[in-house]
This record gives sequence, C-alpha cells and structure tokens, in this order.
Amino acid sequence: MMFVAAILAVLAALVLTVARALKGPTVFDRLLAANSVGTAAILLLALFGFMTGRPEFLDIGLLYALLNVIGTLAVLKFFRYGSLGHGGEEEAET
Amino acid sequence: MSIGFFTDLLSWLLLVAGGFFFLVGAIGLNRMPDVFTRMHAISVGDTLGAGLLVAGMALQAGPTLVTVKLLLILLVIWFTGPVATHALARAALHDKLYPLVANRSGKLVEGDPDKVAPKGSSKPVKGRAKP
Repeated sequence: MMFVAAILAVLAALVLTVARALKGPTVFDRLLAANSVGTAAILLLALFGFMTGRPEFLDIGLLYALLNVIGTLAVLKFFRYGSLGHGGEEEAET
Repeated sequence: MSIGFFTDLLSWLLLVAGGFFFLVGAIGLNRMPDVFTRMHAISVGDTLGAGLLVAGMALQAGPTLVTVKLLLILLVIWFTGPVATHALARAALHDKLYPLVANRSGKLVEGDPDKVAPKGSSKPVKGRAKP
C-alpha cells in the first residue's frame, strides 16, 4: 500500500515532466526533461518491483540508470559538435 | 507494537516524503521561467526524492542483497545527475543562452552581462563570466 502512494506520486511527476519535454522551448529543456524521465523510470521500476514482491526489477533499474546519463551526454555532444565521432578538444573553441 | 511497526512507519514517512519532493521538482520544471531555473528545480527535487524513496525501500528490504542493489542505483543517480546537469548548463551557455536576471526596474531580462549592466552604473548586475 505504501508503495502505491509513492508510485502515484512518481507517475504524476512523470506526466508533468513529459509535458515539459513536449512543450520545452529550447532543446535543453527537452533534454533536461528526458533526463528526469529516466530518473523517474528507474524509481518507478524499483517501486513496482517492491509492490509486486519481485526485486529482480532492480537490475533493470540499474541498467536504466547507467544508460540514462550516457544518452543525455551523447545528445549534448551531438548538438554541440554536430557529430558523435568528434575528438576530445573540449576547450578548443571556447 | 513491535519493531516492525516502527520500521513500517518510518518507511511510510520516507516514501511519502520522497514522492512529495519528486512531485515538487516536476512542478518546478513546469513553473520556472527559464532553462537554468528549471534545471535547479528538477535536479534538486530528483536528488532528494530519489534518496528518500530508496531509503524507504531499503528499510522494507532489510539487510539483504536487494538493499545493496538499491544503494548502487542511488549511487549512480547521485553521481550522474549532477554531471548531466552540469554538462547541460555548460552546453546551454555555450549556445548563447543566458540566465534570466532582474534588471533595475525589476523586470526579468536575459542576463547577457554586456547588455544588462549599463555603462557607468554604480552597481553592475552580477553576472557570470562569458563562457
């Protein structure tokens, strides 16, 4: 029962975050919202696993957590350099 | 009134508080005026909400492997969240997107330090250095 309350709160937060991802004026708003959707999905998976008594969901959550940040950074790099294969000259053009 | 009762009570409190802060962060993401303030709202809410939710779940799991996995998830979230937010803020600044600041008359304007601080004003608007 206690997990249902937390799940409902996280679901409501997820809906609000998706709303921002859809209407965000800049690409950074959308990326921020996408990152937050990932975090909400991880917690939702963990809470759902606890609610149904199957903690195997935690492994999937861990995988999502690792993929989430890589996705965000990859999209950021793509928007900054126009490709993902760019070398590491981070400070070259600032 | 066993020890389990108090564990459940504490777990309830932590889970409800975590959901609350998570929700507040998401509301802030929708209400704030520009991308930097939105970043502030959602990253703080995410970090605190995830910590409280994981603490509540760990209390229910007890000292098992499940708790170790939960703490691992929390560790990943706590390390990668600020890294992603920092990279996002840097990319936004690099893209000539400046934070909103209040000017003399209290209106929100985009805080390009060259445009906001008028020449000869005694107190220039505190901005950040150019990227």
